[in-house]
Amino acid sequence: MSARIAIVVFPGSNCEYDALDAVNALGATAQFVWHSETSLDGFDGAVLPGGFAHGDYLRPGAIARFSPVMSAVQSFAQAGNPVLGICNGFQVLTEAGLLPGALQKNRGLTFISRSCTVSVTSTRSVLTRSAKLAQELSIPINHFSGSYTCDDATYEQLVARDQIVLRYRENPNGSRDDIAAVCNEVGNVVGLMPHPERAVSALLGSEDGRVLLDGFIAASQLVS
Amino acid sequence: MTNYPIVVEVSLRSGIADPEGATIERALPALGFAGVANVRAGKAFRLSIEASSEAEALTQGQALADRLLSNPVIEQSTVRIENV
Repeated sequence: MSARIAIVVFPGSNCEYDALDAVNALGATAQFVWHSETSLDGFDGAVLPGGFAHGDYLRPGAIARFSPVMSAVQSFAQAGNPVLGICNGFQVLTEAGLLPGALQKNRGLTFISRSCTVSVTSTRSVLTRSAKLAQELSIPINHFSGSYTCDDATYEQLVARDQIVLRYRENPNGSRDDIAAVCNEVGNVVGLMPHPERAVSALLGSEDGRVLLDGFIAASQLVS
Repeated sequence: MTNYPIVVEVSLRSGIADPEGATIERALPALGFAGVANVRAGKAFRLSIEASSEAEALTQGQALADRLLSNPVIEQSTVRIENV
């Protein structure tokens, strides 16, 4: 049976259809879960898509982390299920404390929307498990607050525990140590600023997101 | 119970890069403001809190500042009674 992936939708999410289509195209079964839901029962993995949840009011993710569904995401993650936050979803996961650090306004204060190259710096996460170490991927970014920030103690832990899973080849936004994606200690919760769901078709510029989403779907199947 | 007018100020922790503050600082000399340094951008929130004492109002204000108004990972907050 194909993996069942929840696409968590907040008021203001805007990449949920891209995520749904990409996950379905890769052989899993995706389904929207509205932010007021309180359970992720029956799902094998969960994706928090990009957008501007709750208008990004206060800070990106600051209000979304208190949505009812986030308690379910928390216990879903604690149970070891794969959870992926893309762009705004990454911001929500850091605000919720499911991932370390924070995403700050880009250096230069510009909204950046273009393709960029990231390299795989760890394969221990559910997102990068099917990729090769040092593999370079061309994936679009599309954000205003994507500059990954954390204090020195957190950074040292990230390095020591191999939690930095993607780095930009050329830093677009001022992220600490070129960080584009991090995972939690276990490796089942991952957040990234690039949009792999927009890179699953050569017709649209790149298929490099496939290896990431394939890994995530395979990891979801393993847990179920 | 009294309604206490509260101001919560949120700013980035020292050591955290502040691109907004830096941009403002760079703009000032062109406008003729010389010698301005250490510009840090932040946010202020005004609210009123019903409490039995000033101390209780401030405690509640700090609690909501820590839980919602700021992200303690990168920001710090101060709470004070607003002088009307």
